[in-house]
Amino acid sequence: MTRKKRRLYILLLCGLGLGSATALTLTAFQDNLVFFRSPSDIMREAPPANRAFRLGGLVEAGSLERATGADGKPTANFRVTDGAHAIRVSYAGVLPDLFREGQGVVTLGTMLPDGSFRASEVLARHDETYMPPEVADALKRAGHWNPAQGAAPPPAEWNTAPRRGG
Amino acid sequence: MIGELGHFALALGCILALAQAILPLIGAHRRDARLMALASPLAGAQLIAIASAFGALLWAFAVNDTTVSNVVLNSHSQKPLLYKFSGAWGNHEGSMVLWVLILALCGGAVAGFGRDLPSALQARVIGILGLIAAGFLGFIIFTSNPFERVWPPPMDGQGLNPILQDPGLAFHPPMLYLGYVGYAVTFAFAVAALLEGRVDAAWGRWVRPWSLAAWSFLTLGIALGSWWAYYELGWGGYWFWDPVENASLLPWLIGAALLHSAIVVEKRESLKIWTVLLAILAFGMSLLGTFLVRSGVLNSVHAFANDPARGVFILALLMAYVAGALALFAWRAPKLGGTGIFAPLSREGGLVLNNLLLCSIAAVVLVGTLWPMFADILFGAKISVGAPFFNAATAPLAIPLVAAMALGPMLAWKRADLAGALQRLWWVGALAVASAFLTLLVAGYHVWPALGFAAAAWLIFGAAADILDRIAAFRRPSQAWNRARGLPRAAWGGAIAHAGVGVMFAGLAGMGLATDALVALKPGEATRLAGYEWRLERIRDVQGPNWSARRATVTVLDGARVVTVLEPEKRFFPVGRMNTTEAAIHTNALRDLYAVLGDERDGGGVLRLHHNPLAPWIWFGAVIMALGGGLSLSDRRVRVSAPSRKAATAPA
Repeated sequence: MTRKKRRLYILLLCGLGLGSATALTLTAFQDNLVFFRSPSDIMREAPPANRAFRLGGLVEAGSLERATGADGKPTANFRVTDGAHAIRVSYAGVLPDLFREGQGVVTLGTMLPDGSFRASEVLARHDETYMPPEVADALKRAGHWNPAQGAAPPPAEWNTAPRRGG
Repeated sequence: MIGELGHFALALGCILALAQAILPLIGAHRRDARLMALASPLAGAQLIAIASAFGALLWAFAVNDTTVSNVVLNSHSQKPLLYKFSGAWGNHEGSMVLWVLILALCGGAVAGFGRDLPSALQARVIGILGLIAAGFLGFIIFTSNPFERVWPPPMDGQGLNPILQDPGLAFHPPMLYLGYVGYAVTFAFAVAALLEGRVDAAWGRWVRPWSLAAWSFLTLGIALGSWWAYYELGWGGYWFWDPVENASLLPWLIGAALLHSAIVVEKRESLKIWTVLLAILAFGMSLLGTFLVRSGVLNSVHAFANDPARGVFILALLMAYVAGALALFAWRAPKLGGTGIFAPLSREGGLVLNNLLLCSIAAVVLVGTLWPMFADILFGAKISVGAPFFNAATAPLAIPLVAAMALGPMLAWKRADLAGALQRLWWVGALAVASAFLTLLVAGYHVWPALGFAAAAWLIFGAAADILDRIAAFRRPSQAWNRARGLPRAAWGGAIAHAGVGVMFAGLAGMGLATDALVALKPGEATRLAGYEWRLERIRDVQGPNWSARRATVTVLDGARVVTVLEPEKRFFPVGRMNTTEAAIHTNALRDLYAVLGDERDGGGVLRLHHNPLAPWIWFGAVIMALGGGLSLSDRRVRVSAPSRKAATAPA
């Protein structure tokens, strides 16, 4: 085996490795990228059915109720709001310790035909003053909070507050 | 006063590190023996300074000195002593001090044990370590002073986040940092080799144990973190492909590649350039992990300090070290040409394949981890990449890796006979196929668990076949025992580590067959899961040292026999006003019964119950891997003949 030939082999192998890694990444990306949507985004454009995405916002104060789902599982139902709109969410599972009404939450799941959201995961961070960046962004886009002016207003006001400037 | 001394010791350490960076490097360049001789004492002095600073920080936490803002934010007088100490490194500032302390320890070890190294190489390695230490000490002093005072001092601290008050997590950061920082040493060796313009077997003999030690500690650190997530977070899972988990997996993957390619450098004086590049990348990944965790650019369960100034500083350090090293690499690497020539089908070829696959997996994980950040910056798109992506993209690369793992050690150096190796492995392959079919037969149509068990059998029995082959147990059984005793420990270590990966695969496959149930039960009611009857007896209040809790009592019955009584809790910590969920786990090493208490309603409670077959094997496998690494480290050739550049010239 000459040096040249060996180099060729190694280059070929590297090309094969890199190529397959790239191909795998791209195909997996196509099927598995998870987009973030705020309630306003969903109202503006209905998300494709059967494709999981992340819904984030604030848990509307007073909206949490415990129920029993159709399959007999205990579920938690609540509404996620970004001030402009709110989406009903049902979750069959144990809510995380930091789940509170009025705090930021990110949920992963799919839309149901009736316009509600079925969450398979509910994420709340390990810090009660923390606001997930996507949620902060969604609140800003909905025009209800300018972070420069301090902490987010209490969520009890989110859906009842008159819209400033339309 | 102690705090000021600690702060002063840090500043002194920074100056010493700068001196340690500059003087020996100049000395090595000019061949000035006096300047080079400064390297070891400076490394020792820096170690003493940093150790004093760390001691001062521990003292502040131990006596709960509330004039130190770090103590106020992360500790409380009513906390067990272990968690006061772990609180010292359970926060951003303190963990950085631990980071530089371990780096200083590594510098001290190179100074102390490296007397037999060629003096220029040793001076350069210590100099580069000093350069890294100076950067990170500067980072601590300018952005994250752990000894900052508050005045007036509050009555007491705010407490450590209760989910961090856990023995598993107390030792998770030190283990992880031992791994991360160990790669700083291999990085220093790589840069020193580039400066010297030569890489030889003696270099490989030094780099291999360091990369092995770093890898073993990183394995333990990651396993501890994953185990902690499993029992403490109460989600029932063990790996979430969280960005921060990925950040620790990246140096692990590159480090595993490095540790294998260093063998080729040491044994065959080949793959030198590649090994130097891997050493640079492994440390680059460690720094990237540090950056990702501390800058807050990624969304993850690790809520470390989210201060942009710190992120920028670490990013600058990352750029300076890695870009500098890569530039040096581009300039000097062509000088390091290898000498060993090998056929594609050989042990070397197998190790190249291993490197290729490990690096491809690392590349896929890196892209998946960083893509959300880039998508946000470039397109303003809020996306995330979750477990389905990583599973789909890494599994096809892991399959050939596992297939090659049992085969590689059977191949001879230089030129190997594939048919012969396969012939010696036929019974291993048969066992692997049998376990896949057995899984399908027993558990039903589950493809991935079946593949997982096949991989486990292939690796465990493949490691056994490797050892049996080396001691010639079948050809000359009478001498097998003597040969086994004479087998180098590195051979045992390698086989054991490979078997450990197999044990871990068995655990992963078992978790693929896990079942769970979500039920609302009233006291006295029961449900069935995985052949067991789970009965909720009662839910009552309990009082802990610094928490109060609601505790459910769940009796698990197999027919009429009581298997165990599980007591999951929801704890409330008045300091910090936090709730935590304490999962209750009963294990018999073959399966875990796992219960989590959710919210209470109508006099009963919501319970999430899991049956996790072979779950403990995941972490057990990681411990076996680390043990294999440790055994390999204790090999005679590491202990005795590491510094063989001089030994080669001396009479044996």
